[in-house]
Amino acid sequence: MMNIVLVVTAVIFSLAAAGAIVRISRGPSLLDRVLATDVLLAILGGALCVDMAVNRHLNNLMLVVAISIIGFIGSVTVARFVADRREQPNES
Amino acid sequence: MNPDRTSPDAWVDMLSAVFMIVGAIMSLGAAIGLLRFPDLLSRMHAATKPQVLGLFLLLASIGLQMRTWWVWPVLLVAWIFQLLTVPVSAHMVGRAGYRTKHLHRELLTSDELEAVVQKAAARAAREDGSDGGRGD
Repeated sequence: MMNIVLVVTAVIFSLAAAGAIVRISRGPSLLDRVLATDVLLAILGGALCVDMAVNRHLNNLMLVVAISIIGFIGSVTVARFVADRREQPNES
Repeated sequence: MNPDRTSPDAWVDMLSAVFMIVGAIMSLGAAIGLLRFPDLLSRMHAATKPQVLGLFLLLASIGLQMRTWWVWPVLLVAWIFQLLTVPVSAHMVGRAGYRTKHLHRELLTSDELEAVVQKAAARAAREDGSDGGRGD
């Protein structure tokens, strides 16, 4: 059963990562891209969790903890220094 | 899978499988929300799904699959740090999005920040930039 679960979650995570990457490449503003990057990081952490759960090892556990601790720094930094340089304010 | 479908082991396996699939669907929902929602604030609403509930479900499936007790505190630490740090980044992104007007104002049902912003702008106008207010 675990192999089926692994395949299903792999497909779902791939689709989710593809959607996030499309939003990163297409997103009209910098903040959309930052948000999509956060989602991509969450998807990566979720994929690591599924790998650990299915194969019953804990090799990536510290990586997941580190992602959950410092994963917010990038988006906070970018959001702190973002500026508005558009002429049309509602094109998001 | 165990041939004995009623053993506790099989039930724990089943529960963790359900947790994993639902946690993965949270990520898919976030991606769909990112692609289909119209502006930054509603995309932020969709983006929090895999960060909190999805991570909780996947960490719980790890804990169920390992069948040891000592992993649960580590998983709890990971989830609690996620709960502590996700609102910080969401606050900063939402604040920057509000200030740079990345929102569709006609989609808002209420805007409690606007009164505060107008009051601050009025006070800044009264002081007339005597100390060179930052003007944000």
